[in-house]
Amino acid sequence: MFSSRTLTTALRARSALARTYATSSSGPTAPFQGRKSSSGKYVVTLIPGDGIGPEISEAVKQIYNAAKVPIEWEEVSVDPIMKDGKTAIPDKAIQSVKANTVALKGPLATPIGKGHVSLNLTLRRTFNLFANVRPCVSIQGYRTLYDDVNTVLIRENTEGEYSGIEHEIVDGVVQSIKLITYPASERVARYAFHYAQSNGRSHVTAVHKANIMKMSDGMFLSACRQVAKEYPDIKYDEDLLDRVCLQIVQNPKPYSDRVMVMPNLYGDILSDMCAGLIGGLGLTPSGNIGRDASIFEAVHGSAPDIAGKGLANPTALLLSSLMMLRHMELFQYADKIEKAALGTIAEGKTITGDLGGKASTKQYTEAIIAKLK
Amino acid sequence: MLSRAIVSASRTALQQRTATTLAAGFPKVASRLPTKYGGVYTVTLIPGDGIGTEITDSVKEIFEHVNAPIEWEQYNVSGETAMGESLLVEAMESLKRNKVGLKGILFTPMDQQSHPSWNVAMRKQLDIYASVVVFKTIPGVPARHKDVDFAIIRENTEGEYSGLEHQSFPGVVESLKVSTRAKAERIARFAFDFALKNNRKKVTCVHKANIMKLGDGLFLNTFRNVAETYYKHSGIAYNDMIVDNTSMQLVARPQQFDVMVMPNLYGAIVSNIGAALVGGPGVVPGCNVGREYALFEPGCRHVAKDLMGTNRANPAAMILSGTMLLRHLGLDSMANTIANSTFNVLQSGVAKTSDMGGSATTSDFTNAVIKNL
Repeated sequence: MFSSRTLTTALRARSALARTYATSSSGPTAPFQGRKSSSGKYVVTLIPGDGIGPEISEAVKQIYNAAKVPIEWEEVSVDPIMKDGKTAIPDKAIQSVKANTVALKGPLATPIGKGHVSLNLTLRRTFNLFANVRPCVSIQGYRTLYDDVNTVLIRENTEGEYSGIEHEIVDGVVQSIKLITYPASERVARYAFHYAQSNGRSHVTAVHKANIMKMSDGMFLSACRQVAKEYPDIKYDEDLLDRVCLQIVQNPKPYSDRVMVMPNLYGDILSDMCAGLIGGLGLTPSGNIGRDASIFEAVHGSAPDIAGKGLANPTALLLSSLMMLRHMELFQYADKIEKAALGTIAEGKTITGDLGGKASTKQYTEAIIAKLK
Repeated sequence: MLSRAIVSASRTALQQRTATTLAAGFPKVASRLPTKYGGVYTVTLIPGDGIGTEITDSVKEIFEHVNAPIEWEQYNVSGETAMGESLLVEAMESLKRNKVGLKGILFTPMDQQSHPSWNVAMRKQLDIYASVVVFKTIPGVPARHKDVDFAIIRENTEGEYSGLEHQSFPGVVESLKVSTRAKAERIARFAFDFALKNNRKKVTCVHKANIMKLGDGLFLNTFRNVAETYYKHSGIAYNDMIVDNTSMQLVARPQQFDVMVMPNLYGAIVSNIGAALVGGPGVVPGCNVGREYALFEPGCRHVAKDLMGTNRANPAAMILSGTMLLRHLGLDSMANTIANSTFNVLQSGVAKTSDMGGSATTSDFTNAVIKNL
């Protein structure tokens, strides 16, 4: 039964999505040159990643082929190499991202405690990826306890608690430094307002803990307040981290008209919490907006246990790639693919194991491609 | 003046690290009983800001009705202005005499010139290092999740709440997170002892050691060490989880958690998520315990200024914190009577306050509890 009501709600949900998975394309901070190569297509760097990365990247490539998206992939590996005794990303990868200014990235395996700086961190620093955009929207066809989630969270990505400055003063006493600078706070705040404006959200909320960290979070807030003056048509307010956690988990609905902006650690925790509301990282896209380039990625793990078995769910990478398309102002392709992908999940016939189905990556990909025609 | 006192308090705490396991005897104080004259315990009462007065009045009324052998020493401290500091010092002196207190939440102003959080100052000065909050689904309280039952043991005296911040250059602020092995060890041992005494099966350490390798690394390693050294044969299982994943798991599958132990800030975040899972801050009681003192306050620390003076707050959290206080004093049967009555009122829905979707007032709720005794 395909009643007209389900169709309209599907359409409504889709148009809401269209707004949500977009990133602001031309703005104060995020450059996209939009240069086409000699073949008349845009060149985009593709970092397939580890574990299930190659499989889900392949799925995205197939879907893009079928949808005739004018994109040419430049596949690079970011396996670390030794350079002057330190681990580094191969130059080829860096140059590729620098030249194309846009990249799509699969999951990377991060060895814990192996002593080298994580690749994600290196990418972040190399390209000044200062803002992490994490939209979370309830997916039709995958039921959770929350069916009305539509949040957008923008996280400062370069400093804060993750500055990496730590030292052991004496045995058993460690200081970790949370670093907050005005320029970085202002930059992410400006992007948040810009994003809100260009994505039809009327409200920016700064999330903080300035009652305890008066100076550091206090400065983050003063940067936000300053920027808010430049956007008089966008409502600005501030809320305590504690309250936001409580309220989103109790009822996420009031957050669907706004963009939340916050320092690094809070953003890290809250964005995953929101992902939990809609069913996990397998369904959430993510974009890293930077000064020199923007990298869109799947934030889930590399799932080495199912790697190579053809069972992985490519949805997160696909949705991230749609954020990328909108970043590149290729809106109609993004809409088309999004409709096909979400339609396939909503039908629930060919979905992957993590969503409760039995389909393989290949079958799921083919189902989406079939819907594109 | 206050800050110097904090320093000296924490110094003695570190010197006495070997003695800290005594407090693991929670909820009974074994070494030194609270003051008792003529069979009556003197208990310090700090109603706090926001809804504090209303919900502590409710406790007072109920206790009076059951003739609880408790004499309150009330201090109406308010954190709205720094003027209350002398009263705060008096209240703290009273707590030191009485060893037991019941407290609402004191407001903390956000601006940088204002006084630091007095809630934190009290916890530090009295060295009540462990915050214990149990999150359990209560029949009759509307919540999305079912069968939730876990406890959060939160380190209360260091970490991000050190209050050490400075501006090293205009626009650059450093905020110190201090982690020490001594405090990590005592909170870890507290968590395991809590699990043993309360028949719980598993302790989960929540951390971010993949990024804060030294600070949270110390916390995690100490936790593992404590587990291996002292609790290997206790039958209590243990594991660890990164804080962003924890918050995602909590909103999706909270049933997997049993006892959780974590540094200060994560405790604030996770306990708010937990409260949202079981029906909000109005029904979650809590306490802070140290070697010498025990201070009972709602588990989810909200001032709730929006409800202040409206007689609409749910006093259940405070009443239940009060029953924890009674048990702490060994007045178990009285505690059970009040707790049962409170749970009955919650379940039957005769006095649903606004957070439960009803329109009953705080006094309606109190009267219903008294009627049910």
